[in-house]
Amino acid sequence: MSTIVSLPDQTTATLPKRSYLNDGYGLKSWLLTGDHKRIAILYLISITFFFFIGAFFAGMVRLELLTPPNDLMAADTYNKMFTMHGIVMVFLFLVPSVPATIGNFVLPIMVGAKDLAFPKINLLSWYLYVAGGVMTLAALILGGVDTGWTFTTPLSTHYLNTHVITAGLAVFVAGFSSIFTGLNFIVTVHRMRAPGMTWFRLPLFVWSHYAASVLMVLGTPVLAITLVLVVLERLIGIGVFDPAKGGDPLLFQHLFWFYSHPAVYIMILPGMGVISEVISTFSRKRVFGYTAVAFSSVAIAVFAFFVWAHHMFIMGISNYSALVFSLLTMLVAVPSAIKIFNWAFTLYKGSITFETPMLYAFGFMGLFTIGGLTGVFLGSMGMDIHLTETYFIVAHFHFVMVGGMLMAFLSGIHFWWPKMTGRMYPEGLSKLAALVTFIGFNLTFFPQFILGYLGMPRRYAAYPPEFQVLNVLSTAGATVLGVGYLLPMLYLTWSLKYGKIAGPNPWQATGLEWQIQSPPLTTNFEETPLVDYEAYDYEWLANKTKHEVQTVG
Amino acid sequence: MSELTQKEILDTEPTHHAEHIVSPRVYGIIFGTLLLLTATTVGASYVDLYAFNVVVALAIACLKAVLVILFFMHVKYSSRLTKLTVAAGFVTFFVLITMAMTDYISRAWGMW
Amino acid sequence: MDSQAIATHPEQEQAEHEHSPYLRHHFANLEQQKETSTFGMWLFLLTEIMFFGGLFTAYLIYRNWYYPAFVAGSHQLSIGLGAFNTAVLICSSFTMAMGVHAAEMRWRKPLVGWLLATLFLGCVFLGVKAIEYHEKWEKHHVPGLNFSAEGFTKLDPHYPEDKPLPLDMAEKTQVYFSLYFAMTGMHALHMVIGVSLLIILVVRAWGGAYTQGHMTTVENFGLYWHFVDIVWIFLFPLLYLISRHQ
Repeated sequence: MSTIVSLPDQTTATLPKRSYLNDGYGLKSWLLTGDHKRIAILYLISITFFFFIGAFFAGMVRLELLTPPNDLMAADTYNKMFTMHGIVMVFLFLVPSVPATIGNFVLPIMVGAKDLAFPKINLLSWYLYVAGGVMTLAALILGGVDTGWTFTTPLSTHYLNTHVITAGLAVFVAGFSSIFTGLNFIVTVHRMRAPGMTWFRLPLFVWSHYAASVLMVLGTPVLAITLVLVVLERLIGIGVFDPAKGGDPLLFQHLFWFYSHPAVYIMILPGMGVISEVISTFSRKRVFGYTAVAFSSVAIAVFAFFVWAHHMFIMGISNYSALVFSLLTMLVAVPSAIKIFNWAFTLYKGSITFETPMLYAFGFMGLFTIGGLTGVFLGSMGMDIHLTETYFIVAHFHFVMVGGMLMAFLSGIHFWWPKMTGRMYPEGLSKLAALVTFIGFNLTFFPQFILGYLGMPRRYAAYPPEFQVLNVLSTAGATVLGVGYLLPMLYLTWSLKYGKIAGPNPWQATGLEWQIQSPPLTTNFEETPLVDYEAYDYEWLANKTKHEVQTVG
Repeated sequence: MSELTQKEILDTEPTHHAEHIVSPRVYGIIFGTLLLLTATTVGASYVDLYAFNVVVALAIACLKAVLVILFFMHVKYSSRLTKLTVAAGFVTFFVLITMAMTDYISRAWGMW
Repeated sequence: MDSQAIATHPEQEQAEHEHSPYLRHHFANLEQQKETSTFGMWLFLLTEIMFFGGLFTAYLIYRNWYYPAFVAGSHQLSIGLGAFNTAVLICSSFTMAMGVHAAEMRWRKPLVGWLLATLFLGCVFLGVKAIEYHEKWEKHHVPGLNFSAEGFTKLDPHYPEDKPLPLDMAEKTQVYFSLYFAMTGMHALHMVIGVSLLIILVVRAWGGAYTQGHMTTVENFGLYWHFVDIVWIFLFPLLYLISRHQ
């Protein structure tokens, strides 16, 4: 049963005198900080920057596809556009999006720690991210790269004279940033939990970040060594992937997807963690089947390493192997479905309110389900051979990554915005933005399912005229979507100064991060918290607030 | 307060371990064994054992690695968590190899 | 229920350790700090396992594909130098372990001595590796930069029982040498990083940084050094030994 909790009166709330934001001023106090919250803000700024870079390229791609011939740009330029879109969005936005910003900010507080286990490594991770980003920009300014984000050999090693090496090294460096984030999270969850914070009292956000971190730590090094080999092959011509010398280009695909399939779960798992928090908070109910949801995160992480070759069905791998990978791929649907069903059951008989994070969470549930189910289509070999390399697959992964992950990211940003800044975002405008995003998203990507089903291949600048109607719909949707993403950036920036003051717990949520002031102190807690309640225990919260003497200021 | 809650509250993971200083004697013995094994594996490579050359060489390498991990790297005296971490690395590596092998050993045009 | 007593427990513990200059602010006590950093190091080594794992996978696949080329390629390596280097690395692992022990016992000069010995052995390893690489260059065995498969199509006087390879298989020795250089090169890169860190460690150990109750850095560096040793323990038989007799 859900517990009815009345939201606190925000008119009396004031900003705390001391917080992590005013503990030291000046650029140096930010650039040399060890505070996980400040690093999270640094990450948030840089990730937003790269998101809009990536979005710019997406816009150019959609603009080119407005008309059937390649009239806006040359085919080569178009290749560079979608490559830069892919590289920036995957490695510089999606992989670090939730973990490095929201995760960095709230994960240590959720487990009751003063900071992540290795603050300096955390800062190093941000610098590596920036270095990777700068190198990507360098590759872009020097003339771009057109391998696709997958660096497919021998195309990348032999047949292109664009800046593959720069881009490859950029991804290598950004990869280490992600390894260090993951490493930090795992150690923090194991070693830094407050007294009483047992594994099964951890919020599901922490569980999903833990699972994603395991993938980052185990998967990313394989990508790193693969890229090193690609760079060496291009630079001095060693023969590991070069068929002319006896190498196997498929080995590159195996090694690349050994990381890049788990990378998909690195992207989506933290988003699932956000959704668990948001759904529970706004239905005032403990997440249904807490243990099942927790272990489904772990299951997704484990299965991640057994399914990679479903990206390679048409590349000439063995039929028997494809069969094995196809069957194993179906397994991933099970933990994902467990999550969706459990969130639905959490809503059941809950006291649901429709705050902005909740709207985004609803968007996530619907769009992720479509994206996930089309993933099952693509996991089955026969369908995959028909649909892969068409717009169907483009629509599929955008439903998961944009419809799923970006919705979750925005949901999380709105949800924790009061905690990060101490101020509320404007409720009406943000609800509008959530709606605009949802409509824009569907308008952009749903036609692509049909396009793909009808056989329009991906990665081409031109297409037959009969596909134009659907492409125009898609481009129109992208414009709406763009507005949907610009709005939050504008009103969130506005709210930094003019937003209503939030108070410590505007949502009456149960996580440890909501029991401290917002924005938090540099040390998070005044004294080490002692956890004697389960996660999502709204009765505990109701009792606590009943007996609590309201001290503000 | 019941014992259980107390345990919960002072939740110390079952990973704590007493500080254990390995004596130089143990290091010496392991060191000698490692050198001996190196000599053995080099010697064995000069003997024609057919397919077993590989088996012997890899078995000795694994044995040496295990000795280094257990004693020089103190895993024998470490927490379960450390042991699990080491195991996780090798298991994932094993997954990479076996799952890639499902492709390589059964390709219609393969060279296996 | 005396939750108050329990609640204050962590703070009491903290107070005891507060004076330690090595305790960082976000840890409750030194034990937690030490365990945390050791666990972090182990996780890092986990990533290293996967980093080299990709190369080992490639080796496994190509060895089975181009078996004769791998045999012929490995015959071009000197078992003597390889075995010597293996022994050197094992010695350096031993001196490193003794160094950690010296740090645990808080003996400053022995610690510096053992670290210097490790540093020396690491340099010896790299020196021998350089000799080997040089020899490969002379023999035109460096794929991409300086490679010729010619030697493999002719009878090798050192291995009279080796049949000359047909030209297409001889070309495949490039794959062997590509992997040889990728694997030993990555390993050597780790050695270079290790040696550089060792120099810093020696200087700081001389100043007594690790013999006053805080030796996690030495211990973690030891883990790294042993890991690099383990990689070589596998590289040596795979690249030098197992094809000796075919």
